[in-house]
Amino acid sequence: MQLSPLDIAKKQLLEPANLSESQLQTVLSSVLGYSVDSADLYFQSARNESWVLEDGIVKEGGYHIDLGVGVRAISGEKTGFAYSDDIILPALTEAATAARSIANRGQQQSIQAWNKPIIVKSLYSEVDPLQSLRDEDKISLLQKLNKLARSLDNRICQVTVSLHASHDIILVVGSDGTFNADVRPMVRLNVNVIAEENGRREQGSSGGGGRQDYQMFLENNLGESYVQEAVRQAIVNLKAKPAPAGLMPVILGPGWPGVLLHEAIGHGLEGDFNRKGSSAFTGRIGERVASPLCTIVDDGTIAGRRGSLNIDDEGTVSQCTTLIENGILKAYMQDKLNARLMGGVSTGNGRRESYACLPMPRMTNTYMLNGNHHPEEIIASVEKGLYAVNFGGGQVDITSGKFVFSASEAYLIENGKLTYPVKGATLIGNGPDILTRVTMVGNDLKLDQGIGVCGKQGQGVPVGVGQPTLKISEMTVGGTE
Amino acid sequence: MHSKKEIENLQNTIKIILEEGNKANATAIEAGISISSGLQTTVRLGQVETMEFTRDKSLGITLYKGHKKGSVSLSDLSIEAIRSSIQAACRIAEYTEEDIYAGLAEKSLMAKEIPDLQLYHPYTITPEDAIELAKTCEAEGLAADSKITNSEGGHFAKYESTYAYGNSHGFLAGYQTTRYSMSCSLIAESQNGMQTDSEYTLSREYGNLWDAKTVGQQAAFKTIQKLDARKIPTCQTPVIFAPQMARGLLRSFIAAISGGNLYRKSSFLLDSLHQAIFPHWVNITEDSHLLRGLGSAPFDEEGVATRKRNIVKAGVVESYVLSSYSARKLGMQTTGNAGGIHNVMVEPSEAVDLNQLLIKMDTGLLVTDLMGQGVNIVTGDYSRGAAGFWVEKGIIQFPVQEITIAGNLRDMFKNLIAIGADVDTRGNILTGSMLLEEMTVAGI
Repeated sequence: MQLSPLDIAKKQLLEPANLSESQLQTVLSSVLGYSVDSADLYFQSARNESWVLEDGIVKEGGYHIDLGVGVRAISGEKTGFAYSDDIILPALTEAATAARSIANRGQQQSIQAWNKPIIVKSLYSEVDPLQSLRDEDKISLLQKLNKLARSLDNRICQVTVSLHASHDIILVVGSDGTFNADVRPMVRLNVNVIAEENGRREQGSSGGGGRQDYQMFLENNLGESYVQEAVRQAIVNLKAKPAPAGLMPVILGPGWPGVLLHEAIGHGLEGDFNRKGSSAFTGRIGERVASPLCTIVDDGTIAGRRGSLNIDDEGTVSQCTTLIENGILKAYMQDKLNARLMGGVSTGNGRRESYACLPMPRMTNTYMLNGNHHPEEIIASVEKGLYAVNFGGGQVDITSGKFVFSASEAYLIENGKLTYPVKGATLIGNGPDILTRVTMVGNDLKLDQGIGVCGKQGQGVPVGVGQPTLKISEMTVGGTE
Repeated sequence: MHSKKEIENLQNTIKIILEEGNKANATAIEAGISISSGLQTTVRLGQVETMEFTRDKSLGITLYKGHKKGSVSLSDLSIEAIRSSIQAACRIAEYTEEDIYAGLAEKSLMAKEIPDLQLYHPYTITPEDAIELAKTCEAEGLAADSKITNSEGGHFAKYESTYAYGNSHGFLAGYQTTRYSMSCSLIAESQNGMQTDSEYTLSREYGNLWDAKTVGQQAAFKTIQKLDARKIPTCQTPVIFAPQMARGLLRSFIAAISGGNLYRKSSFLLDSLHQAIFPHWVNITEDSHLLRGLGSAPFDEEGVATRKRNIVKAGVVESYVLSSYSARKLGMQTTGNAGGIHNVMVEPSEAVDLNQLLIKMDTGLLVTDLMGQGVNIVTGDYSRGAAGFWVEKGIIQFPVQEITIAGNLRDMFKNLIAIGADVDTRGNILTGSMLLEEMTVAGI
């Protein structure tokens, strides 16, 4: 019989320290005794490994383990937090004492009876991904991909390939009765190449992964397809001309360009900013914030995806939240604290980088649903503009609403046709109105390959994005011409 | 809690690790441990929002079997954890391949003396003190102007940390550091929408922080100035990078002359040694031993002695930024930069402040905010989101937002016209404002 995530978490996190459920109850009660409304404990064991091939040899391997527990005490809008990287009762008690210090002494409150999880089908396997391939096979996969990259084009002068896997076990115990665990696998494969021709050098990169094991890269030659993609990009960029500068129509390709949605509206719809009134979207539920063609969801429930979670880091079961429906703003993304203060319930978006960080509302997989145009028709509709298919990162100022994202592969469109590749350029826009300028949405929805990391207040968490091809009638393109 | 004793404790743990490595037949082994503790609080609209107590341990071990290498890192310093991680590192080293450049830094380069760089200034701050500072800082900001309508909060943080490093050459040393910071982040609103900005102060010494009032008021001033910002037409124009933005330009330069990017051919400044990259009046030095410096370190993460040196002299690149590994790959010697650059000092071209630099520019863009990661170190292509102020006849006319500035770093470095004396010391790159001849602005 297969162990449930809760059994695994108890075995890995509580048993070695001889911690019993009643001791956890005692610790939580001691925190609650101080006019604290709620409190939770977050136990985590994280193991990860990485293997890096560079200059034709696998020169580095790393193995990292981290273990700890975070204690959070909430009193109204106040949060007290402390953590320990020793999971032992004295350390836990000390952290609890520190966390509750934000609240004044007050009346005794009681904790809810444990609300053990209903067993649902996991979105990912409990198999330890680090063990899913023999070490020698990890090495030979890297070598094979390196050889392939160099054989595809003799202009490729540098190849870096890396493999990463992590196995995270978490247990959340809360005074509201939460007693829930998750066992989270993650793998990732990255390929980065440099092509050189007549003294000009350009890079290309690709990669992917998800909450799966290493076998995913072997199936359907997925690893090989990343290499082909990275090489293709580098070669395209060798021919890229300077990008245009100024306002023009922009067409974004399907998949990873969905980073637009993440930056332009995603962050602005996170509950904490809206509770504080610091987001350009504050108070706009029910209003039109996008063209009627746009329906956007945040969905943590897609099996095996990088941004997916069975439960969030507060123990709330993941869900699919419709953020924007036919252009109308429907919902914010919430964690428990911000949901309570705004009079709602958590949407399963309470996430944290590790036990040493406080949870806050974060995205999972954020994407736009299909429209009904063929991508070819969308391109053909533009007289002069930019077609961008690959992007680096982005950033947003949620208060002014201004956001950027940087194209790493783009083409000039002239008279409805792609004419030539242009150099990378940053696109800038205003979150609250950019989606009102979406005039065509494709029928080719794609999710990204599983490479996204979102940063907020110094905490990084894995996320996913996606979208069909879409046309923005006008946007500022930051080229030089 | 922190004391010389703390360094000794870490050094004793490292001795054990080195012995265990020896027992496991490692050809060479090195280990670094850092432990830190601190507190940070955010007060928003006069109420405590968060109080966090931090306490971190991290241990990194790298061992070599001949020229094969394995690394592990962990937060558990127990002997059992150390033994099993050494086993894990050995197992990794079985699978990695021979890399003739891999190994410890040369023994002769190890730091012989550990100078006291005055990086450790313990000062007792209770959670109540921290809350009071954050509260005052925010209150001063909120009271500064009626256009300030909301706040992201006042913040105070304190960290103490101890670092020790040792390797099988026999090098074993450690040092302690402290860091204090206070910041305030505010929101102002007009009929044209909201704007946010912040101010911060950061120092190794508590007593050297700016006072809470200055931080709060300065945050308010910066935020209000951004209200009613607009776009400007697409154009070619001179640009001034305010000191914090100029620091980012320097960071791109440092990345482009860093060993890792050079040996991977991932830099637009390959073979730039002894080449004129900047105008003849530009001088940039690295001073690793700057007293109380935020980037100061008596030795780098391989135990190599750090020292003062020229990076750019009279516009010419005099030295790269190398670790022992990247140095061997390039046939050079390490510059003591394993773990990164220390303090980078950019010499002002003239004794002018920002106002005088605006007059010198006459008409153009003053950039005070940059967004996004649009800097390609392989090609030098630069395109980032920007905000700031439009300047005419040396005087600020109005705030600007939702534009991009673009160019190529190679041209941008060549086309520097002046570097101001308004040096921002809140970081490991110390530079004043930079005036560039011309960049492309994309707007409406």
